[in-house]
Amino acid sequence: MRKIKEFVIEKLILLSGLASIFFVILIFLFLLKEGLALFKITSPFDFLFGKSWYPISEPPQLGILPLILGSLLVTVGAAVISVPIGVGCAVYIAEVAPLKIREVLKAGIELLAAIPSVVLGFIGMVTLVPLVKNVFHLPTGLTALSGSIMLAFMAMPTIVSIAEDALYSVPKTYKEGAFALGATHWQTIWRVMLPAASSGILAAVMLGIGRVIGETMAVMMITGNAAVIPHSILVPVRTLTATIAAEMGEAVVGSEHYFALFAIGIVLFVISFAINVTADLCLHKKQS
Amino acid sequence: MFDPVKIKAQHVDFFYGNQQALKDISMDIDVGRVTAIIGPSGCGKSTFIRLLNRMNDLVAHTVLRGHIYLEGQDIFSPAVDPVEIRRRVGMVFQKPNPFPKSIFENIAYGLEVNGYRDRDVIEERVVMSLKKAALWEEVKERLRDSALKLSGGQQQRLCIARCLAVAPEVLLFDEPCASLDPISTAKIEELILELKKDYTIAIVTHNMQQAARVSDRTAFFLLGELVEMGETQHIFTAPKDKRTEAYITGRFG
Ligand SMILES: Nc1ncnc2c1ncn2[C@@H]1O[C@H](COP(=O)(O)OP(=O)(O)OP(=O)(O)O)[C@@H](O)[C@H]1O
Ligand SMILES: [Mg+2]
Repeated sequence: MRKIKEFVIEKLILLSGLASIFFVILIFLFLLKEGLALFKITSPFDFLFGKSWYPISEPPQLGILPLILGSLLVTVGAAVISVPIGVGCAVYIAEVAPLKIREVLKAGIELLAAIPSVVLGFIGMVTLVPLVKNVFHLPTGLTALSGSIMLAFMAMPTIVSIAEDALYSVPKTYKEGAFALGATHWQTIWRVMLPAASSGILAAVMLGIGRVIGETMAVMMITGNAAVIPHSILVPVRTLTATIAAEMGEAVVGSEHYFALFAIGIVLFVISFAINVTADLCLHKKQS
Repeated sequence: MFDPVKIKAQHVDFFYGNQQALKDISMDIDVGRVTAIIGPSGCGKSTFIRLLNRMNDLVAHTVLRGHIYLEGQDIFSPAVDPVEIRRRVGMVFQKPNPFPKSIFENIAYGLEVNGYRDRDVIEERVVMSLKKAALWEEVKERLRDSALKLSGGQQQRLCIARCLAVAPEVLLFDEPCASLDPISTAKIEELILELKKDYTIAIVTHNMQQAARVSDRTAFFLLGELVEMGETQHIFTAPKDKRTEAYITGRFG
């Protein structure tokens, strides 16, 4: 009886494992099938480096360079904001904060991670957007900068918690060694702890950025969605993700536009995949 | 007037939380001599020497009573900077703990945090301290290699070199040979005898022969108390306390 139960449970677990792999492959194949169909009509070069995105003009112009640059700008902006603050916060939590403050901060960061992105987008829309507009005297506050700031908030919890873990797992003996040589706490953090935790911190940064690049809702709400090549961080931009979300509903199934949106999906997939693999490599390097 | 006492502990009690690890320890560490601290596991030897360079500041929830003086200055007085104390009182740990950097950088790091800026001076001191730690011949061809590639004994000598480079006045060794083979151990013992000329040394050891070989004075700890302290010769040939005698003859511990 017990043996049968074990057997059934084992097979069920196996089945669910196989099912998830099966679905991943299915999704990927579907994405490839629909996306690659575009390249019968438009060359990959024109698609990736075309400067204009007018999907419903006649004939449609399907160049996603403005979208790639939009995503890149918003993401790099978010990284520039969130990485120093996030790593700084991790150092503070792991090394400096008194026990009580540490607990409060950790709980706060978990809370930040739990806010749905649409809510963050909404809050950003009513607070951040007018602020950016007024501070920089812009015609509109719906800019790449607003998106970057909002996304920085979303990347922060990932960066802080993983970087803090990495710092925490630096052997105590390194810290003792540095202190025993007469290093100050700061010298120890800067020259011993951070380098020793560097691969973990890099992984934290990559995973944070991975989250940002796939984010859709909030960026769609506050970046202005203008599909033009951005020349500064203070203009509206449109990202890859926002384009798919905004246009999939109206694209005619089987049209060039429709295939192009799937092809954007492939581009996003490749980017996320590359980021995750890099993060993984960083983490493994740390373990070996 | 010449004061033979480098470090003086007076009525030191020490607690981890509410567990008392040291009870009323008073002892002197003489300048230019080697003081060995022996005793069974858990008796507070490490706790005691980690107080001498304020290493226990890193442990949360501890309480200290009593005083420890370095050349007459109370090292726990609020006016004293613990970083300054650690520069004067260096420490080598039981497990070799080189940084995950190159051999050269391991030593240069200590120099840089101590304010050395001139690359030539740093290089010169790296070489000098490697020579002093009897490691130079073995590593001179590969100073840029990771320190983690060295053998355990070499790593420990690197840690000693790192410590010597910043020119402390006192060297604390916490069971420096515990994870080493007999040959490495012999090398480190030789080194300690050599270093004695220039430094005041305190060494914790589990090895009676080692204490007898390298030290001038020996302190015997038991359950957080200092049972007996005296010239090594006397402690090992004519201990006053029955418990010391039992320990050094291996009848308990
Ligand atoms: N960080 C700590 N937190 C709490 N208790 C500790 C800590 N370090 C040591 N102790 C306790 O203090 C007592 C003395 O420990 P200590 O490490 O000083 O002994 P020791 O003589 O060095 O032993 P050993 O020879 O095994 O190294 C022990 O009972 C130990 O459990
Ligand atoms: Mg010990």
